[in-house]
Amino acid sequence: MAIESDAVEQELELAIHPMDQFLVKPLFGGSDIGMFTITNATLWLGITVLCAIALMVLGTRGRAIVPSRSQSIAEVIYVFIYKMVEDITGKDGLKYFPYIFSLFIFILVANVVGLLPASFTTTSHIAVTATLALIVFVAVTVLGFVKNGASFLSLFWVSAAPLALRPILALIEVISYFVRPVSHSIRLAGNMMAGHAVIKVFAGFAVVTFISPAAIGAIVAIYALETLVVCIQAYVFTILTCVYLKDALHPSH
Amino acid sequence: MATETNGAATEHAQGMPQLDFSTFPNQIFWLLVTLVVIYFVMSRVALPRIASVLAERHGAIQGDLDKAEQMKAKAVEAEAAYNKALVDARAEAQAIVEATRAEIQKDVDVAMAKADAEIAAKSAESEAAIKEIRDSAMSAIEEVANDTAEAIVAKVMPAAADKAAVKAAVSARLKG
Repeated sequence: MAIESDAVEQELELAIHPMDQFLVKPLFGGSDIGMFTITNATLWLGITVLCAIALMVLGTRGRAIVPSRSQSIAEVIYVFIYKMVEDITGKDGLKYFPYIFSLFIFILVANVVGLLPASFTTTSHIAVTATLALIVFVAVTVLGFVKNGASFLSLFWVSAAPLALRPILALIEVISYFVRPVSHSIRLAGNMMAGHAVIKVFAGFAVVTFISPAAIGAIVAIYALETLVVCIQAYVFTILTCVYLKDALHPSH
Repeated sequence: MATETNGAATEHAQGMPQLDFSTFPNQIFWLLVTLVVIYFVMSRVALPRIASVLAERHGAIQGDLDKAEQMKAKAVEAEAAYNKALVDARAEAQAIVEATRAEIQKDVDVAMAKADAEIAAKSAESEAAIKEIRDSAMSAIEEVANDTAEAIVAKVMPAAADKAAVKAAVSARLKG
C-alpha cells in the first residue's frame, strides 16, 4: 500500500480494499476460473493439507511413549476431539470419529494458515463452509433415517410438550432443522471474513501518519482476538456437528 | 499489492468475492479433493498411529502400576515373614533360656545335695572328735582333781590319807 503511485494516492488517500484478500484468482495466468483451474484457493487448500499432514503424521512419526512436542500437540488434539465425540454422541458415535476429526483438523488448520499475512483464507468463503455444512447435514439426515427409519421423525415431535402445542413445535423444529446448515456455514465464513476484513481496514488506516500507531495497535489487538476466534470457530463447527450426529443417532428428545 | 494497484489492470473486489458464484464449482471441487486427502491420511495413518501410541502408553502405565502393586504385596509379605521369624526366634531363645536354666538348676541341686552330705559328714566327724577331746579332757580333769585332792589331804591331814576314799569323793563331787 505504501508504494502506491502519487496519482493514485491523491485520488484516494485511503485506498482501503478489505475484500480484495478474498478474491479467487487463477495462479497461472488467465482470467477464466473453470472447475479444475489451479487458483490461490487451491494453493492454500494444498498448504492446509500439507500442514495438517506435517502436524498429525510427521509430528507423530516418533511414536514415542514419552512424546515430543509436536507429538503432544497431535495427541492433545486427538484426545480433545475423541472425548468430545464420546461425550456428546456416546460410545456408538465413536465410529464416526475419523470423519469428525478430519473435519476439525481441516477447519482448524485452514483457519490458522489463513491468519498468515498475505495468505488466502479458504474458510472465509461461503462456498467452502456451505459445502462442509451440507456434507454434515446430508450425512446426518441420511444416517438418521438409516439408523432409526421413520422414527427419526420423532426428533420433530416434542413428546414432552402438551398435545395442542406439538404441531406448532413440530413446525418450528422442522424449520430449525433446515436452518442448521445455513447457520452452521455462515457462522464460520462470517467470522473468518469479518476478522480479516477488519484487520485490512485498520491496515488501510495505517498509511495516515498520525493515526498509524493507533491503527497498528488495533491490528495487533484484532490479530490476537482472531487467533482466539479461529480456534473457537473450528471447535464450534465440530461440536455442532457432534450435536447433529447425536440427534441422528438418538432422535428422541 | 503494489503491482496490482498500479495501472489499469488493477483488480478490486466488486462487492463480496464470496458471492461470486462463478468461482463456486472450482472451490467446491478443490475442497472435496482436500477433504478426501485429509480423510484418508487421517483415518489410515495419523489416527491409528496416535491411537496405538496412546494405548501403548496406557498399557505401560497400567503395567508399571501393576508391577508396583506386586512389589508392594511382596514387601508386605516379606515384612510378615520377618515378623514371624522374629517371633519364632524370640520363642526359641526363650525355650533355650528355660532349658539352660533347668539344666543349671539340676546341676546346682546335685552340687547342693553333695555339699550338704559332705557338710553333714564333716560335722559328724567333728562332733566325734570334740566328744573324744571332751572325754579325754574330763578324764584328765578327774586325774588332776584326784591328785590335787590327795595332795591337799596329805598336807592337811596326813593321818586320814586314804587314796580310795579321796578318789570316790572326788568322782562323786565331779558327777554332781
